[in-house]
Amino acid sequence: MTGARRLPTGGRIDRARSLAFRFDGRRYTGHPGDTLASALLANGMRLFARSFKYHRPRGVMAAGAEEPNALVLLEPGRFAEPNLRATEIELYDGLVAESVNRWPSLRFDLGAATGLMSGLFVAGFYYKTFMWPPSWWNRIYAPAIRRMAGLAQAPGEPDPEVYEHRHAHCDILVVGGGPAGIAAAHAAAAAGARVMLADERLQFGGSLLDGAERVAGEAGPAWAARMLDETSALLLSRTTTFGYYDHNFVALAERLTEGLAPPERAGRPRQRIWHVRARRVVLATGAHERPLVFPGNDRPGVMLASAVAAYIHRYAVLPGRRAVFLANDDSVYAAARDFARHGGEVAALADLRAESGADGDGLPVLRGAVPLRTLGRGAVTGIEIEAGGATRRIACDLIAMGGGWNPAVHLFSQSRGALVWDDGLQTFLPGRSAQAERSVGAAAGRFDLEGCIAGGAEAGAAFARELGFDAPAPPSAQPPSPRPAPAQPVPPAGRGKAFVDFQNDVTAADVALARREGMHSVEHLKRWTTLGMATDQGKTSNINGLALMAAGLGVPPAAVGHTTFRPPYTPVPFGALAGRNIAALADPVRRTPMQDWQEANGAVFEPVGQWLRARYYPRGGETMREAVARECRAVREAAGILDASTLGKIDIRGPDAAELLNRIYTNGWKTLAVGRCRYGLMLGEDGMVFDDGVTTRTGEHRYLMTTTSGNAAAVLEWLEEWLQTEWPELQVYCTSVTEQWGTITVSGPHARALLEPLVEDIDLDPAAFPFLSMREGRIGGVAGRIFRIAFTGELSYEVNLPWRRCLPVWESLVEAGAAPYGTEAMHVLRAEKGFIVVGHETDGTVTPVDLGMERMLSSRKDFIGRRSLSRPDCLRPDRKQLVGLLPEDPSEVLQEGAQIVEAPRRTPPVPMLGHVTSSYWSAAMERGFALALVKGGRARRGEWVWASATTGDSRARIVDPVFYDREGARLDG
Amino acid sequence: MMRIECPWCGPRDETEFHYGGEAHIARPADPDALSDEAWADYLFMRANPKGVHAERWMHAQGCRRWFNVLRHTASHDILAVYPMGAPRPEHPGTGA
Repeated sequence: MTGARRLPTGGRIDRARSLAFRFDGRRYTGHPGDTLASALLANGMRLFARSFKYHRPRGVMAAGAEEPNALVLLEPGRFAEPNLRATEIELYDGLVAESVNRWPSLRFDLGAATGLMSGLFVAGFYYKTFMWPPSWWNRIYAPAIRRMAGLAQAPGEPDPEVYEHRHAHCDILVVGGGPAGIAAAHAAAAAGARVMLADERLQFGGSLLDGAERVAGEAGPAWAARMLDETSALLLSRTTTFGYYDHNFVALAERLTEGLAPPERAGRPRQRIWHVRARRVVLATGAHERPLVFPGNDRPGVMLASAVAAYIHRYAVLPGRRAVFLANDDSVYAAARDFARHGGEVAALADLRAESGADGDGLPVLRGAVPLRTLGRGAVTGIEIEAGGATRRIACDLIAMGGGWNPAVHLFSQSRGALVWDDGLQTFLPGRSAQAERSVGAAAGRFDLEGCIAGGAEAGAAFARELGFDAPAPPSAQPPSPRPAPAQPVPPAGRGKAFVDFQNDVTAADVALARREGMHSVEHLKRWTTLGMATDQGKTSNINGLALMAAGLGVPPAAVGHTTFRPPYTPVPFGALAGRNIAALADPVRRTPMQDWQEANGAVFEPVGQWLRARYYPRGGETMREAVARECRAVREAAGILDASTLGKIDIRGPDAAELLNRIYTNGWKTLAVGRCRYGLMLGEDGMVFDDGVTTRTGEHRYLMTTTSGNAAAVLEWLEEWLQTEWPELQVYCTSVTEQWGTITVSGPHARALLEPLVEDIDLDPAAFPFLSMREGRIGGVAGRIFRIAFTGELSYEVNLPWRRCLPVWESLVEAGAAPYGTEAMHVLRAEKGFIVVGHETDGTVTPVDLGMERMLSSRKDFIGRRSLSRPDCLRPDRKQLVGLLPEDPSEVLQEGAQIVEAPRRTPPVPMLGHVTSSYWSAAMERGFALALVKGGRARRGEWVWASATTGDSRARIVDPVFYDREGARLDG
Repeated sequence: MMRIECPWCGPRDETEFHYGGEAHIARPADPDALSDEAWADYLFMRANPKGVHAERWMHAQGCRRWFNVLRHTASHDILAVYPMGAPRPEHPGTGA
């Protein structure tokens, strides 16, 4: 026994098996084939949720993706998924679900008191009320409103499941596996086209499963099964097509573990996102029935008429015993007959129109009816209807409404197709296509089964022929027989809240208020009232909302237009979109040859681009400042080694290599001899510093360029861009060799003594191997290169070795007494010398002149960015210039990013003079020091300014930016 | 996501490419001959049509070659793909 409302026969459920599940802590049972909604309905449940704003009791209104009310939290805990539609959740044994937005319980909800204060919560309330005092918004109003409003809580724990992505190409993608979609896929695949057919439900068949219609004498479900059996199309069930993008790129979400309890899902991806590039797309997405807007239309027990039919036929559930059908469309008559045929009592079939084309078939039909209000204290117990001049109350436990049909034009509209208003259907239909697609069936406004199937087959065959397949033309679909139009929605008669948007609690009165307040565009209506927002994106509400707006404005709905349909069609979990690109796979981590050693030796790392670089190596209980000071002293007084492998390296070859360097760098390169190195600065065409580094001439037509670690790829792309787009006549090839050569920098007065035992055939004597030159030879028995380059100002040798041969040399140097130092010490040492770091001292607004590097600018040639340096803005005397700063209190280290001001004032305006770009503790000077960019700074040396930061204000003196060994006496040891 | 026909690799997803802005903006041969205004025009001023736009793309995750594309900025229709240095092709409706 699975509940009082289950019919004794029928449905697409497996009655032989029972499934136990819990909803809000209570136990129920259902059958395989049930959804959570159908199983609860079968158990006689009517109350599913509390509404978003007013906490009104809500039941289930629909049977599919458009359900606005019955949102639940599935599997609280690690596997939690919030705000799922109960109408789509396939039942499994052990399922646990909770209703959302109720407190403390669904039946007794304190928040329902907001309904009594609903005058405060009208449309746009958050723009008007709760505004005073302003400081209360963040502390009191917003948190309170957030607790009261809203849907389920976001899960707090990491998602334990995995998701995957798959790319696919096909000739024809058919979206929607109802009669039109099946016919289209069948026809196209029969012609030999590669076809994919996707449907969001478990079972294909669409509307054929919701009724008793037959296809040429064959039962609808049997026809669907036979057609699918015959076709070679790839069938994707439980697959929601959620996004339609440019050039027929379509995104699908396939639910792979739907209907399985969490323990059974282990090892299987929960969802698979399909990236499909389709040559043609057939949209057979069906239609959603429109609710009717009348007072109390949100009471549990008010349902769409089509949903009543769907629950009867798919799930063998009779959602009520005695029903009133409210018809604004002939399709409601079939649903009423179904209800009666399956044992329900139709108390009235109240047609809002004076005329209809449908046969009441003996049912008690009222014409020209106006629903005034629903009755009941929780769920529906009756309805008050005016018809024929009389008002009558009719007792019932189910109200089945059908306001007409809205084709599911979401994907069509996402594809940028234009929608056109149809007076006959009182809704929007697909108009002119923007991409290679066609809408068929109910999605195209075709509601008769024959027309759906014929139209689908015709579209499938036509597309196949367009793509060169031999498809016979099927007989054309006959035009549909005319049917009476649904009545245009009018502002409801009677008292009480008449809901337009059930999920967001937007009423007809809110729409009218928005109009009175001047919101005459649908986009304004949407933002002001929130109509059409939230997880259902107005599937059941948008058309009613804009029709009411039009009625209020006295214009045709076509003149009001519609809001933009955006992906996703139904919500997609972030985890599915991320796929495998999470945690370690979110962004690749590049590793240096010394990284294992650094990790084993306790290094603290910092991210630099995609690298992790050793920042410092704390020993014992050292603080960062202590460790960095020790490493700095080691380099200044003995020798240290730095892993510089992350520096970008570009091999530049060809007879025009020097010419390329000459155009890219600000200084001259034509005179550089083989085996010599030179520092270079490159600018953007706007004259701002882009990158710097040392380039070495390694051969007659060959150079090795180094770049900053973070800019390596950008510099390579920069060179390629100029070579390919402006200077194709230059014969140059550029190759990244960053990860071919590892780099160990040995720096300090003892550098030569440390390195000498490892080097076989290079004379390290500075007299024979001068600063800014390169030698090739064997280091640690391996062929490599040594460069005399110094970022620290000390005697330095930069050793390049094949990537995988670096570590033994590094270990030998450590064994010989070299102190490993990290990037932090490197920064301190270079800042003491006044050397810039791109990204610290530059930010895309700094020229070489600002940095005091005029000597780097050749006057004998053009180079990228040169002309910009004479633009008026680059000649302003008050440009920010690089200076040094010494805090008045020598023990202080200024905050990087601190603003430079004349005086420590907190009341605006406070003119900004510049900011601190680098700031460290200097072990050599035994004091704090900084580099800064200050307006007109070079002329202000000796003056006092203030550095203002979140930590306080500090007085500091502007000085020359070179703090240590200004004469360069230490370069040769 | 657009599908772009790389002249060397064939049709590929847009995510493999880098966009390079408006095409056919040659670097002035003698920058010193330009007024500040003319130089600023070269540096900063770009067409922003609703319609057909000649623009540069680079197949960053493929052959790394630059090429030109004629694209309609509203419909995203790609009307032509042509090499660097080639003149902008005439195309019906482009006004070119």
